[in-house]
Amino acid sequence: MSRNVGVELDALWVRFGDFVAVRDANATITGGEFFSFLGPSGCGKTTILRTVAGFQAPGGGQVRIGGRDMAGIGPNMRPTALIFQNLALFPLMKVWENIAFSLEVKGVGKTGRRKRAEELLELIALPGAGDKLVSELSGGQRQRVAIARALCAEPDVLLLDEPLSALDLKLRQRMRAELRAIQRRVGITFIYITHDQGEALTMSDKVAVMKAGVIEQIADGRTIYNNPATPFVASFVGENNVLRGKIRAVAEGFAQVETPDGLFRGRLRTDATLQPGGDAMLFIRPEAIALGGGAENRLTATVEAEAFEGQATHLQLRAAAGQAIKMSLVNRGAVRDAHSGSCHQLVFAAEQAVVLPAGELVSE
Amino acid sequence: MGAVGGFFERNGLLLGLYLLFGVGFWILVLIVLPQLAMLDLSFRHNLPPSLVGGPDDVYTLENYRHFLVGNPGNPDRLFLFGWDTGIPFNTIDISVFFRTILAALAVTLFDLLLCYPLAYYLGQSNIGGFGRIFLLLLVIPYWVNEILRAFAFRILFGNSGILNFLLLNLGIVDQPADFIRADVALYAGLGYAYILLMIFPIYNAIESLDRNQIEAARDLGSPWWRIHWRVVIPFAKPGIVSGCTMVFMLTAGALAAPQILGGPSSLWFTQIIYQWFNTGQNWARGSAYAVVLLFACVGLVLLLMRLFKVKMGEIGK
Ligand SMILES: Nc1ncnc2c1ncn2[C@@H]1O[C@H](COP(=O)(O)OP(=O)(O)OP(=O)(O)O)[C@@H](O)[C@H]1O
Ligand SMILES: [Mg+2]
Repeated sequence: MSRNVGVELDALWVRFGDFVAVRDANATITGGEFFSFLGPSGCGKTTILRTVAGFQAPGGGQVRIGGRDMAGIGPNMRPTALIFQNLALFPLMKVWENIAFSLEVKGVGKTGRRKRAEELLELIALPGAGDKLVSELSGGQRQRVAIARALCAEPDVLLLDEPLSALDLKLRQRMRAELRAIQRRVGITFIYITHDQGEALTMSDKVAVMKAGVIEQIADGRTIYNNPATPFVASFVGENNVLRGKIRAVAEGFAQVETPDGLFRGRLRTDATLQPGGDAMLFIRPEAIALGGGAENRLTATVEAEAFEGQATHLQLRAAAGQAIKMSLVNRGAVRDAHSGSCHQLVFAAEQAVVLPAGELVSE
Repeated sequence: MGAVGGFFERNGLLLGLYLLFGVGFWILVLIVLPQLAMLDLSFRHNLPPSLVGGPDDVYTLENYRHFLVGNPGNPDRLFLFGWDTGIPFNTIDISVFFRTILAALAVTLFDLLLCYPLAYYLGQSNIGGFGRIFLLLLVIPYWVNEILRAFAFRILFGNSGILNFLLLNLGIVDQPADFIRADVALYAGLGYAYILLMIFPIYNAIESLDRNQIEAARDLGSPWWRIHWRVVIPFAKPGIVSGCTMVFMLTAGALAAPQILGGPSSLWFTQIIYQWFNTGQNWARGSAYAVVLLFACVGLVLLLMRLFKVKMGEIGK
């Protein structure tokens, strides 16, 4: 069933008057891939999706679907189907009419439409709901109907605009798994938008992290997390500690950073252009910091607050020169004396610290 | 008791009483009672004041009979499929009646076709400030009263009116067109008179339609006409019905426009009613004719609502 139709954004710009909503976006989305756009509110995710769907004309550059430039092709003529942020189901049609609307457009007779709708209702695990009204469904069920309606159009590319944002946590987690399963089954390209990083990381083959209209990094979830390309990505995805300083020395993929709290060594990206003397930021994840000694990066800090969360304890610490540090300790049943006010030696490995040129962090 | 108590609790005693008596007075004294009096009058003989309440003041169907068969000695006969039934038939009144109803329906349909695109445009495009100015431009002409507007149309459509002036000078016609005699002025006037009552309910309905639904339909491959047919019109149906109802009722019951703009050969049913009340000095017959018009219009509206599957409750939305 896989048609393997990919999507390419080529130097794409979108403007609203003077406001630039998307700035020079480049992305290659392979056919059959689950591709996510991740970014804070207002960064241009919906705008990109609407441009791919054809509701928004590019102010520059190209959208190519299956290698074909989409300029001048209307939304009703593109091989895409969009699932709207608010679903936009038709309230005055029955569930099966909603699902089969694209077939009605194609002139398929009523029995054919009904049959296909029932098949799709089967797929989304809602058999027998065809004659209900949309208003009689729960949030999660509506969600699934919206997916079925989009799939019924047999798009090559399915575009999903935060389709799970309105659901509660439990349902969201279940729907994530279902969406992923559906995507594997139908084998078409999914372009998925979310500002929930957990969602993006668990579901996607690839993630594009956006900031204010700019794509900061495109990679698989593991790379985004372990090897962020910019300070924004490092601070936006997951928890991170940032230590600011100047580069002292660069050697063999590692850099030494001079900070008020001491000298630390961290990994450089392969494409790094940092030179000694340059402003840098060193990022280290809370779970990569340990108590004790031995490793090459060491600092002392005092516990300011602790939060016990079952499998882990989260600590807020402050180093001598004022640097705030977050760390997580996995609970192994041992009694720790990391209570408030106690002073500790913290260590982390250079392989787990990432050194990037200083830049903008996510604003809290 | 709970509902009544709640009503006063919500509105306070003073406001509650005012609402109760105000609305009660309005409905009962200003609407129901006079209409009942009219209904009663329509079943009575047209008696001089001295005989009212006397032994001759009895109920009769004479006024309704007159609408159907006309004066005694009326030579017109009812023909059914070319077959003379021998029953006398009030050809003039009945044909005016049906022509009025049909013309009112036509005016309503015309207004609907004219207003729907406008209301859609105003309701769906985020034209912001310009849209508001546009709505204002629609409203302002209605500050001018109905009579003045009707006479303005006479000036517009008259023999030496602006329209004829333009047509003559552009060389489109070589002698003035008689828009009044051809009833062009009448239908233009009637069509224009209640256009706002068509635009606003539809505009209100369409404005509350989620734009994403239109886009979703488009995204699923729908051409524009199907989007209207399957998404916009069903959603706007209550607005369309309430607009059509008001325009139809008011057009069928209009008096000023037919009086002022009607051609010499065209009569509106309201004009006949008016004649019975006024020059005919026969209020009883006028009432009967008015009641016939009222029930015909209400019946037709209810029939059409059933045909288009609209419930009464939806219209109030
Ligand atoms: N039609 C429009 N006219 C003007 N500005 C717009 C329009 N649509 C979006 N914008 C602006 O473009 C920017 C990006 O909007 P967009 O809807 O793409 O954000 P988003 O990333 O989807 O945010 P969210 O997560 O809140 O949905 C925003 O600053 C927004 O104000
Ligand atoms: Mg959005």
